Amino acid sequence: MKHTDERPRPAPALPTREPVRLVDRHGRRVGHSSFTAPDPARLVELHRAMLIGRRFNQQAGTLARQGRLAVYPSSTGQEAAQVGGVLALSDQDWLFPTYRDSVALVAHGVDPVRTLTLFRGDWHCGYDPHRYRCAPQCTPLATNASHAVGLTYAARRKGRDVAALAMMGDGATSEGDAHEAYNFAAVWNTPVVFLVQNNHWAISVPLHRQTAAPTLAHKAVGYGMKGYHVDGNDAAAVYAVVSHALAEARAGGGPAIVEAVTYRVDPHTNADAPQRYRDPAEVEHWKERDPLIRSERLIRDEGLLGDAEETERALAAFGAEADRIADTVRERLADGDELDPRSLFTDVYATVPPLLEQEHALLADELREV
Amino acid sequence: MAAAPTTGVSMGEALNRALRDAIADDPDVLVYGEDVGPLGGVFRVTDGLAGEFGEERVFDSPLAESGIVGTAIGMAMYGLRPVVELQFDAFAYPAFEQVVSHLAKMRNRTRGAVALPVVLRVPYGGGIGGVEHHSDSSEAYYTHTPGLRVVTPGTPADAYSMLREAVECDDPVVFLEPKRRYWSRQEVDLPVRTEPMATPVVRRPGTDATLIAYGPMVETALEAAETAAAEGRSLEVVDVRQLAPLDDGVVTASVRRTGRAVVVHEASVFGGYGAELAARIGERCFHYLEAPVLRVGGLDVPYPPPKLEHHHLPDAHRVLAAVDRLQWESEWVDDGDGGRTLP
Ligand SMILES: Cc1ncc(C[n+]2csc(CCOP(=O)(O)OP(=O)(O)O)c2C)c(N)n1
Repeated sequence: MKHTDERPRPAPALPTREPVRLVDRHGRRVGHSSFTAPDPARLVELHRAMLIGRRFNQQAGTLARQGRLAVYPSSTGQEAAQVGGVLALSDQDWLFPTYRDSVALVAHGVDPVRTLTLFRGDWHCGYDPHRYRCAPQCTPLATNASHAVGLTYAARRKGRDVAALAMMGDGATSEGDAHEAYNFAAVWNTPVVFLVQNNHWAISVPLHRQTAAPTLAHKAVGYGMKGYHVDGNDAAAVYAVVSHALAEARAGGGPAIVEAVTYRVDPHTNADAPQRYRDPAEVEHWKERDPLIRSERLIRDEGLLGDAEETERALAAFGAEADRIADTVRERLADGDELDPRSLFTDVYATVPPLLEQEHALLADELREV
Repeated sequence: MAAAPTTGVSMGEALNRALRDAIADDPDVLVYGEDVGPLGGVFRVTDGLAGEFGEERVFDSPLAESGIVGTAIGMAMYGLRPVVELQFDAFAYPAFEQVVSHLAKMRNRTRGAVALPVVLRVPYGGGIGGVEHHSDSSEAYYTHTPGLRVVTPGTPADAYSMLREAVECDDPVVFLEPKRRYWSRQEVDLPVRTEPMATPVVRRPGTDATLIAYGPMVETALEAAETAAAEGRSLEVVDVRQLAPLDDGVVTASVRRTGRAVVVHEASVFGGYGAELAARIGERCFHYLEAPVLRVGGLDVPYPPPKLEHHHLPDAHRVLAAVDRLQWESEWVDDGDGGRTLP
């Protein structure tokens, strides 16, 4: 058996420097040569999911301030990027999220309370990844990306049509693991879309200290992948572009990087001190580009929910639903699995080895003493 | 001392056959890594497999160790059983984050919902005249990480059996192949199944002291025991096999019988795996010990260049020198007057 030398796909075109935008910050549609906005029902669905996400972020932030969560990395301002990406997934597809992506998990259908297990400190992951087709939220930067490549590779071998959305931040694209995952995906032609939320900051480090690339989407080209540069505060654009990239990847056209340009309005986590590294005016600038403002304006201006009265009623219902979910999170936060110290030992190996049995006995003695 | 066998199955051949049989037995098993395809691996452990099973089952991946382990994790999440080769001990380091932060922890993070049956094959250790970065004994980096099974065979029969077991195992296994023993032979009919890998085995019974070794040092310890026997000292040799999680019953039972122990490995002594063995023996055999547990290993220096590596690597001579230091001379006799030692 010998190798043959072949090049799989034609060279991809450079991404546009101007991000793909379908709805501007005033809620007005913008024409685009390659992408069209999703249908009205989808636009409404995106708005609803973003509202739920915004309330979830606020609720989790409050719980963190009250000390009921150990920490919470908010994604306020990034809802369009997360929701737009996730709603583009099909039923069988997998999500590979980071710590920043709780809103994406909720939009993907993970129980909101179980989403917070990690940050509550009860366990590292509160849900069964197989049940939700969602990997545990990943903290070591960019390390989740190659898992998405491997999983979609395995699914293809088993004859299943499974694509994946691998999420990462702008800072994470500097990691070696991002590079390795992009390269593996491209060489193996696995259906993965790498959704990079460029929220401009990696804790305190701005993007220009992170990379000299013209855009993060440009990185794709060197791997023989397509790169898309998208207005990440335009849910319609994120949805359209990620849907397109997923469809192409599924059809064998190769993986892609989608850079969603957005902004982290809140501190990195509740423990961060953003006044030390960024100008508050910058935050104000981005608040004017809030993804929810524009989607609500679009819905109102175009009457996507009916006449003025129907629109008010429907939007109020969405708000009430978002409040209800947030309330449930607050009330059920104490729920969840019983914290049994025995569980420290049960799932380290497939069976509990003698060493851990001994340590369990020691711990049981200690517990009896108190 | 008996000459090393020149007939039979070599460890490299046994590993090759184990991979072949594992691929043939289970359609979910696949083998990939750097140069494991048409070339058959730099040590030829995957020789012929790509030709026999095709590129679907055995293939060359991009040159990126973290990506190799990361993709294997994703594959295992979706029901495959990847067996990946990391070409050399020191070139597995780029994958360390994937190994420690994901491979070892996924089962625990997900409360058992996601198992990762991944085998990382890592040729390790020195003694083959390799230039720098080709001879590290990296076992302690892995054994210090809960969630990994770390195993290393000392004989061709074990190499076959333990690799089959590793592939069948639902835990991630770091399978350390003692590369200087790839060419060591043993008369054995394959396929063979030896004792379960989690159990240490007594390779050679003895009564005066126990040598505890693993991987490349099993052969060295046996050689030392053979020489000692000719000099009238009976040494028992225990092969640890699965370094982590350790089931120390066989080790401690042996030391309780003999009363003396020398732990032998190729890795530098300080902070090495032998420290763990010595500590455990101390805790569990204290009242049986006639002498402190001694450790024999490599020098506490970066792995030396080829022309100096023989100074670093423990040989039977260094092992026997340690055996001589086990306070045989100070056997204590109660003379009714505070005691005295035998001359
Ligand atoms: C490998 C690794 N290095 C460092 C960290 C610590 N850390 C956590 S978040 C973060 C910034 C990440 O920035 P970015 O990728 O842009 O994502 P964001 O937090 O903005 O969503 C750092 C340095 C980490 N989690 N993993």
